[in-house]
Amino acid sequence: MASDKSKLGFYLLLAPLLLWLVMLIILPHVGLFAVSISEKVGIREYETGFGNYAVFFNEPLYWRTFARTAFMSILTTVLTLLLGFPIAYYIAKLTRGRTKTTLFLMCMIPFWVSELVRTYGWMILLRETGVLSNALQYAGVINGPVEFLYNDAAIMVGLVYTSILFMIVPLVTTLDSLDDSMIEAGYDLGGNGLTILREIVIPHAMPGIVSGCIVVFMLSLGNYLTPILLGGKDSLWFTGMIYSQFITRFNWELGSAFGFLLLGLSSAVVYLGLKFSGQSLSSTMGR
Amino acid sequence: METRLIPTTMLIAALSATSASADTLRLLTWGGYAPEEVIAMFEAETGHTVEVTTSNNEEMIAKLRATNGGGFDLAQPSQDRITSAQEEFGIYKPIDMTRIDAAQFIPSMLTATAANTTFDGEVYGLPHVWGTSGLVVNTAQAGDVTDYTDLCDASVAGKVSYRLKRPTLIGFGYAMGLDPFAAYSDTDAYQAILDQVEAKLTECKANVKTYWDGGDEIKSLLRSGEVVASMAWDTGGWQLNADDPDITFVAPASGALGWIDTFVLPARGRADDAAYDWINFAMRPDIAAMITNTAGNFTAAVGGDAGVSADLKARYQASFDQAAIDNIKWYPPVPAGLEALEGATLDRINAAN
Amino acid sequence: MTATADLECKMLTKDFKNFRAVDHVSFDVPQGSFFSILGPSGCGKTTLLRMIAGFQFPTSGDLLIKGKSMIGVGPNKRPVSMVFQHLALFPMMNIGENVGFGLRQRGVPKSEIAARVARVLARVGLPGIEERRVDQLSGGQKQRVAIARCMVLEPDVLLLDEPLGALDLKLREHMKIELKALQAEFNTTFVYITHDQSEALVMSDNIAVMNKGRFDQIGTAKELYFEPANAFVAGFVGDANRYEGKVTAVNGSVVSVVTDGGISLHARAASERPEVGTLTQIFVRPEAIQLSLTKPDVADGLNTSERIVDSVLFNGANSLAILRNVTSGETMNVALPQTGAFLGLQKGDTVFAHWNPDQARSFPVEP
Repeated sequence: MASDKSKLGFYLLLAPLLLWLVMLIILPHVGLFAVSISEKVGIREYETGFGNYAVFFNEPLYWRTFARTAFMSILTTVLTLLLGFPIAYYIAKLTRGRTKTTLFLMCMIPFWVSELVRTYGWMILLRETGVLSNALQYAGVINGPVEFLYNDAAIMVGLVYTSILFMIVPLVTTLDSLDDSMIEAGYDLGGNGLTILREIVIPHAMPGIVSGCIVVFMLSLGNYLTPILLGGKDSLWFTGMIYSQFITRFNWELGSAFGFLLLGLSSAVVYLGLKFSGQSLSSTMGR
Repeated sequence: METRLIPTTMLIAALSATSASADTLRLLTWGGYAPEEVIAMFEAETGHTVEVTTSNNEEMIAKLRATNGGGFDLAQPSQDRITSAQEEFGIYKPIDMTRIDAAQFIPSMLTATAANTTFDGEVYGLPHVWGTSGLVVNTAQAGDVTDYTDLCDASVAGKVSYRLKRPTLIGFGYAMGLDPFAAYSDTDAYQAILDQVEAKLTECKANVKTYWDGGDEIKSLLRSGEVVASMAWDTGGWQLNADDPDITFVAPASGALGWIDTFVLPARGRADDAAYDWINFAMRPDIAAMITNTAGNFTAAVGGDAGVSADLKARYQASFDQAAIDNIKWYPPVPAGLEALEGATLDRINAAN
Repeated sequence: MTATADLECKMLTKDFKNFRAVDHVSFDVPQGSFFSILGPSGCGKTTLLRMIAGFQFPTSGDLLIKGKSMIGVGPNKRPVSMVFQHLALFPMMNIGENVGFGLRQRGVPKSEIAARVARVLARVGLPGIEERRVDQLSGGQKQRVAIARCMVLEPDVLLLDEPLGALDLKLREHMKIELKALQAEFNTTFVYITHDQSEALVMSDNIAVMNKGRFDQIGTAKELYFEPANAFVAGFVGDANRYEGKVTAVNGSVVSVVTDGGISLHARAASERPEVGTLTQIFVRPEAIQLSLTKPDVADGLNTSERIVDSVLFNGANSLAILRNVTSGETMNVALPQTGAFLGLQKGDTVFAHWNPDQARSFPVEP
């Protein structure tokens, strides 16, 4: 009797999680997959097949954009790591108490406004008649107005800015847990800044680095607004292609196939990243 | 006379209030088409409540497709996007002409829209707001731009913007002396036009600063002077003209592209009574003028232009003389499947270097 | 000619924003000796050690290792190594990599590193554990690996920052002996800081007692125990009964005092003789007090008193009795040898206590 009751309790507690999994994750993906393998042959006529995936591989524009998006996202991840690591190290190791809280808070302040507002902020800064161009002209560095917007570098700036918090937070957490005496012991044993960083700090921070990289990569790969608004005429982004297939072309079938390919890409890159860094998903995300 | 009239209107008001039970009208429309004050008047008069969702043509269709025509009671896509969407997805229901006050509509527009939105013998759309897209130009700096193809001129290199969307393909087609609308029904002929336009737009790509996406984006580009000539909607040009007299809307020599936004009933709408009430209410001349003043475009309402602000009328008349009005190319219904051809062309332009 | 000391500090001072952590400390440590710095927490001993290691720089004064000034020399350039309080073994490396870390930094060839690591691990009694992970070792093994990691570099001075603090009592007792043996084995100068007097007393050749940033006394364990330089050392090193009272007479080096409870006590003045009428304090070690069941037949100057047993704290060889004075009510701790006559001592029994004034010390009460 008692065990039946406790079993009931267990299933009741499990139910919300299962519902969430099934209703919001599994079912939509099953639906999306079903749509992605239906080929349109006429008005309200569909056949099952992998034709939509074939379209992707036969059209250079699609897979080039796909590869470009993946490459730019990886580049964003690397840049975010290079930029975020010193900041995280400074916050975690070189500040105490209130300064630490304040700096941490300052990293988060931009996230109190929506992504759209943040992106418009960058547009104001980078545009031809914007703050940066005017400041440089005033300083005499450049002679006429320069357009900083509408290119891949602007996309990069926007993506790094949007995702850097998600790199800093896990890094600060792992670096915080590194005992200062480890670093001192490294110096005491004759190490210099570089060898200590390489042999002690980075190996210790690896789980944070990997989890930060996974999150930043996913965010960049799935970002829509930033590449569309900051990018130029040639700056295509795969999510933009999915949007245009779904919304402007009414081609849900191809859009779904694209969505699945993006899912596969992100899973593959994360898998490879974990493999190369020697981390497991549970040691990085389960913290 | 006066004393007799008042009880009659009161009686009518009382009748309409009791006969139609109060509903919630879920309206899927464009920004500016349902001003707050109009909603307040409508709610006070009919007892219905109105929930507005603003969107654009493509998202309206996508939203209705996702729900098989549910979630909204009244939508306002452009007239050329109705029959194909109905044919493919079945997301609308026919209009019951007996329930509308046809006398409020300009007859020619009502008939034209009815003809364009007829599918399987049923009428699906009623005209509401109409306008054009053409050129928005800074006349002081790019006075020579009088047609779409002038956007590719070296004198405006790097200071040009347009959308990478189907209106651009069609506009350039006309400016190049072709007739895309005539080729709508002939896939091969249309593809031939698209190929020529593709070559032109690919060549023109170097001239473009950026392809714009939203109305606010192109307005800020023009206002800052970063862009001096663009392909955009008439209202955008007139709004900028209010701030900077140099910038205005120019009807292209080959003809502005004319669109009509309609009223349609989503297939699974629940509040048809409220929807018909809103249509008849919005087409009243005084209400139509209020909508024109906020949306910036004129309506298909008889006498709807009477209450429109003098400024707006003046800007309209400065952009359109009678010849320009006669030269407007009105979008015919888009045959199903045409978007796929255009999409492929747009993709190739996008990918070209 | 005297050999240069391995470590020499001259008027070393360290000021922080609003207090002075180390206040004009001078000492030297001869080669091969075990030197301890003993003091309560917050006395500045950690700051002193970190200055020697090079993690902090002195505000003034000089610090020499093997005769060379270390001012402005970074921690990675000093011939000292440090065993940290929590050992700071690198969990991301195995034992061999941990011990070999310092050699790798010096660019020693790989094969030589392996040989030297193996040798030092054998010397600390842990041969062949190179491949093990840090978390697979016991507390005592980690301790030895931490020492091996330092000793493989053959430092002139090994600094130890309370490394036994985290161990349990039994292991701590064992490690005390082992550390001393390791020091003898490597014949390296050890500088050891601790707040635990028994660690310092057992292992050290010399001990400095540190209080409020200053060295109160430097000496051997015996000197500190039997000839404390001041009241702080007397109270901090070893156990002692402390009484306070007014000086009534000074007879040679013996001071007579009347406590608040009205008892007359006699003790030897530690340094200068106090004035009659001043406040003074007297320290008596528990083991310096003699007990007898009958009133002893001794002279009046031997601090004889009749007492009642308040309680008996049995702790084997370290057993204590707490005795209350019948008249004044004050108590004293007395070592209770677990032999013969006092085996059956019980609460409420009457005993007589007395001690020789030579075995008690009086110090002036600091204002």
